Amino acid sequence: MREYFKNIWAAVFTVLVGMKVTFKHLFVPAVTIQYPDVKPKLPERERNRLYVNMDDCIGCDQCARACPLGIINIETVKALPTEDLKTSQGRKKALWVTNFTIDFAKCCYCQLCVFPCPTECIYMTDVYEFSEYERENLIYNFSTLTPEEIEQKKTNLSLFEAEKAKEKAAKSAAAPAPAKPVPPAAPTETKKEN
Amino acid sequence: MTYDFFYKLFGSQVIAAIIQSLLPLFVFILPFALFAVWLERKVSAHMQDRLGPMRVGWHGWLQTVADILKLIQKEDIIATANDKPLFNLAPVLVFVGTYAAFAAIPFTSAFIGSNLDLGVFFIVAVSGFVVAGILMAGWASNNKYSLLGAMRSAAQIISYEIPTVMVIITIVMITGTLNLNTLSQLQTGHFWNWMIFGGPVFGVSKFLMIPFMIISFGIIYISTLAEVNRTPFDIPEAESELVSGYHTEYSGMKFAMFFLAEYANMFAVSAIVTALFFGGYQSPIGYIGHLLGLPWLVPIEQLFWFTAKGLFFVFVQMWLRWTLPRLRVDQLMTACWKYLIPIAFADLIIIGLITLI
Ligand code: SF4
Ligand code: SF4
Repeated sequence: MREYFKNIWAAVFTVLVGMKVTFKHLFVPAVTIQYPDVKPKLPERERNRLYVNMDDCIGCDQCARACPLGIINIETVKALPTEDLKTSQGRKKALWVTNFTIDFAKCCYCQLCVFPCPTECIYMTDVYEFSEYERENLIYNFSTLTPEEIEQKKTNLSLFEAEKAKEKAAKSAAAPAPAKPVPPAAPTETKKEN
Repeated sequence: MTYDFFYKLFGSQVIAAIIQSLLPLFVFILPFALFAVWLERKVSAHMQDRLGPMRVGWHGWLQTVADILKLIQKEDIIATANDKPLFNLAPVLVFVGTYAAFAAIPFTSAFIGSNLDLGVFFIVAVSGFVVAGILMAGWASNNKYSLLGAMRSAAQIISYEIPTVMVIITIVMITGTLNLNTLSQLQTGHFWNWMIFGGPVFGVSKFLMIPFMIISFGIIYISTLAEVNRTPFDIPEAESELVSGYHTEYSGMKFAMFFLAEYANMFAVSAIVTALFFGGYQSPIGYIGHLLGLPWLVPIEQLFWFTAKGLFFVFVQMWLRWTLPRLRVDQLMTACWKYLIPIAFADLIIIGLITLI
């Protein structure tokens, strides 16, 4: 019999205790963040969409090689010695970056591409809202050159090389045994900069 | 009163009766259900330190309207193995059972759907429809979980009807009437005339009765909670084990009808508890209408008090829902047969003896 009344007491009492707890929580400010209106503060080193500052990119391909997924695709065209390309730090650029795509559909935001960059021109931004309806739209092309310009750069280079080859042929015809042929300027410079 | 008004307006008893019977649905139950669903979400959200719906209207108050619009547009899915006539009938039956109960509930002294002398009895009887509807829904769904839910619901509602009726008998024994309107009128004056404070008759018995009245109130509140399948007695619906029980298979408007019926039912039982113990539509502190000499203001005030009291009990139901975990089936039956019913019996006898004094 005592057990019986004890049970009743326990039931009533515990329900009241529980109700007290939930009632208190009615007045606790909500922890919800009203997301699209209010954005949560991101941590300082958050990793989101990448950005490449093409003015500074020297086309060295380091980032593409570091990427574990191989989603960075870089194509370059050698610059003519007459063209004076500079980064913002005044560093000489020997290549036109004709194509620089990153496929963000596959990117895992590991940031491994950021560290090897010698000019620190590829980095993480705070943009994380960039969903798309088509997967192709997630392939970002950072190259600043227009297709015409790329064509032009390519023809320029081939013309220049043809001229060089002609010069070389003429030289070798004039002097059959030259001590040392002049190496083309661009590749050596790239190597030095690496 | 409203019936006479409409009768005079249209000159036809049929039209007046139809309007009279539809009035609570459109003026009260639908808006209330929409509001209650919103309130439930808000209460649950704030009890869990969330915000709940916030985006449709001010603090999301139009969210339920939007949801209903969505439900109306939804396809009405009927599986091939369903028992179609029963499947289609069940939500209607559940809703009718719930809605019929409102006929005998006095909203104000000026409006009562039908001033039945057997009001409470009618409500108890007609809510049996709900059991039939739920069983029908579970059976016709042809889904084992729905059927389980329906069986549990039937067992639960039938068991808990006993303590409810015992408490109603207690009240009827004191007041000598089954008419809810008369019951409410008896408790006029101030709040100390309410049944929970021993009723309108002043004397020793009034004070002796108070503790037992509080116990009666506790019993009827718990058992009506079980009758409307609310947590902690929501094992027929049990989202986590039965995937919402008997209304799993329903979609679109039929689901909305179950939903509406559930919330209307919540108010119906709160209204009964209010009418039995808390003075029905009577104001606890007197009327401004009497004070200012404006008799037409009184029914409006009464409607306000009635809604306020009903809403308070609905709020407590929600509060309990977000506080307590669900009972097991055996615990549910233990609570009813071993605790509520014997206590209700003892209460009945004691109050009977007190009234003899
Ligand atoms: S963040 Fe990682 S996966 Fe994404 S591009 Fe850079 S290296 Fe590749
Ligand atoms: S590592 Fe930096 S400089 Fe080199 S290609 Fe990538 S982005 Fe350009």
